[in-house]
Amino acid sequence: MIEIRFHGRGGQGAVVASKILADAAARENKDVQAFPFFGVERRGAPVTAFTKIDTKPIRNKAQIYEPDYVVVLDTSLLHLVDVTAGLKKGGWVLLNTPKRPEEFRDTIKKGNLATVDATQIAVRNRLGSATAPIVNTSILGALVRISDVVSIDTLVESVLAKSPVKKEENAKAAREAYDETIILEE
Amino acid sequence: MRDKPYKPKTWKELPYATITDVPSTFNNTGTWRTVKPVIDYDKCISCMICWKFCPDVAISIVPNPKEGAKFDEVPKIDYFFCKGCGICAHECPVKAIDMVQEESK
Amino acid sequence: MKLTLTGNQSNAWGVKLARVQVVAAYPITPQTTIVEELAEFAANGELDTQYIKVESEHSAMAAVIAAENTGVRTYTASSSHGLALMHEMLHWAAGARLPIVMGAVNRAMGPPWNIWADHTDTISQRDTGWMQFYVESNQEVLDTIIQAYKVAESKDVMLPAMAIEDAFILSHTVETVEIPDQELVDEFLPPYDPPEYLNPKDPKGFGSLVMPDFYMEFRYLMYKAQEAARKRIREVTKEYAEIFGRDYHGLVEEYRTEDADVVMVGAGTMISTARDVVDKLRSEGHKIGLVKLRVFRPFPYEEIQEIAKRVEVMGVMDRSFTHGYGGAMFNEVKAAVYNTDARPKMKNYLIGIGGRDVTAKMLEDTFRNALKVREHGLDEEIMWVDLKGGE
Repeated sequence: MIEIRFHGRGGQGAVVASKILADAAARENKDVQAFPFFGVERRGAPVTAFTKIDTKPIRNKAQIYEPDYVVVLDTSLLHLVDVTAGLKKGGWVLLNTPKRPEEFRDTIKKGNLATVDATQIAVRNRLGSATAPIVNTSILGALVRISDVVSIDTLVESVLAKSPVKKEENAKAAREAYDETIILEE
Repeated sequence: MRDKPYKPKTWKELPYATITDVPSTFNNTGTWRTVKPVIDYDKCISCMICWKFCPDVAISIVPNPKEGAKFDEVPKIDYFFCKGCGICAHECPVKAIDMVQEESK
Repeated sequence: MKLTLTGNQSNAWGVKLARVQVVAAYPITPQTTIVEELAEFAANGELDTQYIKVESEHSAMAAVIAAENTGVRTYTASSSHGLALMHEMLHWAAGARLPIVMGAVNRAMGPPWNIWADHTDTISQRDTGWMQFYVESNQEVLDTIIQAYKVAESKDVMLPAMAIEDAFILSHTVETVEIPDQELVDEFLPPYDPPEYLNPKDPKGFGSLVMPDFYMEFRYLMYKAQEAARKRIREVTKEYAEIFGRDYHGLVEEYRTEDADVVMVGAGTMISTARDVVDKLRSEGHKIGLVKLRVFRPFPYEEIQEIAKRVEVMGVMDRSFTHGYGGAMFNEVKAAVYNTDARPKMKNYLIGIGGRDVTAKMLEDTFRNALKVREHGLDEEIMWVDLKGGE
């Protein structure tokens, strides 16, 4: 089973990201689960969401404590949340940031690192507003790049199916993020 | 609707829910009465205010049995239902209804 | 057709497939998205239903009671405090023998204020006369809604039913759900054919006073209906399995209980995770199995008695707290066995209260505790699992 944990803030689209990823994996005939854990249901409050993907039926209904991948939609959370908690050996941390992964090596000491400027990609594609961009489809493109949990084509299929508005722009953002991801292996 | 009252003896005779096809017209509420309204048809002006106010629909409008009377129709009290509340007597504009004590039987 | 749906979406899909004619509900977290989805189905014409907006859960239940009395199939949904506000009307729905189906999303009762999974809200409605189905997956949510109508509307049952899903763990979790063909569902679940309904052409009195001379007999009829429901649930589940290929085994599902010395009884999503735990312990050679209390009302006493004969320990996991003495499921399981010759040790595990995440590790510790009871006897009757600071 592959377990992915998303860290975001209410309104950024972490929950929707977890669901789109699950939908994409289901299109590749995997069994899936995706769910949020809400603290308080407020815009801006830290939100955690989970996606599980397996070739066998997934029966475990608990939250994810030992993720293979951690996706951080907002690096300001790094000071609030221990995003690497329980990260599996050889696991990955993907950050939404204009910086290169090397610049985080001192803060995030374990796991492979990857960065993508999902905010800039979202703004460029007019997703959300400049002050509150919706970065989830971009970050998923980057996640697919580092993880191979689904193909980028299947991801785009799900993005097109599940985006309530600006379907093409979301799809384009996912593909651009896929290409623009910077990787630093452990 | 049933045409006569019905009293089940066991649970087997009950409907599955409290849904009844016994009309409440079988319910002899006239036995609750201690005083009885009596219409003085000589005073009655057939305004039907008593009929309108009766809370139990115990007053109906019937053809006047008196030949050649002033009014074609008059109110009639059904003592099977009338509970003797006295509203009709209270409302009658010409005081044509008297409340009289039921005789002891 | 396969879709990725949350438990609440799956619930709404079940309602849609059942061609429900009247929906009335009031929003409450975590139930809200069920009725949002239904409102959308109704608005875009996918579901030909009358959607009644109401000002409270009490009114929602009153509205579906009135609608159901006119002979149409109805639905409502609620959770926690909303369900509690419905309480009076729940009695009315059952006593009036109206086969309403409700989606109940288990959420803790406050205070302390808490929106997460806990069975106390539905357990508190145990004595209203409603059937209760506790499910473990989004697929089972959908399938149970359809089955519940079939059971509830059976002429010898005519009782309302709750399809009960855990807050967030199902309600807001996306899983893959197989959507059955509408034609097959129509065949399985024909239009509602009420034995009696409000009909101006054939007037009858509904909900009239019954004196002490026959009130008890009407309760006896409900007892008979619950007995009939036991049989109908087994039949309907079997028929559903034959048509749709998914078998929920009637009132109780046993998982790897063959030759088991110890069985763990529970309900809801914990069962799903527990399957993995049983597999793990079995692979270590422990003879342990799992019993899923899928239906709590009518209580499956025959199944429980039969299992009790075969085992040495029954651990009962309650995801609810019943003030007074132990969990409700524990007490009923224990009571069902008392007048038989079976004498398994019984231990109550209070677990996952107020949405505490029931992890595989937590379940494994619990199951190992039950295995210890087999070796060393009963140490205590009621255990608070994962209690911070210990008892």
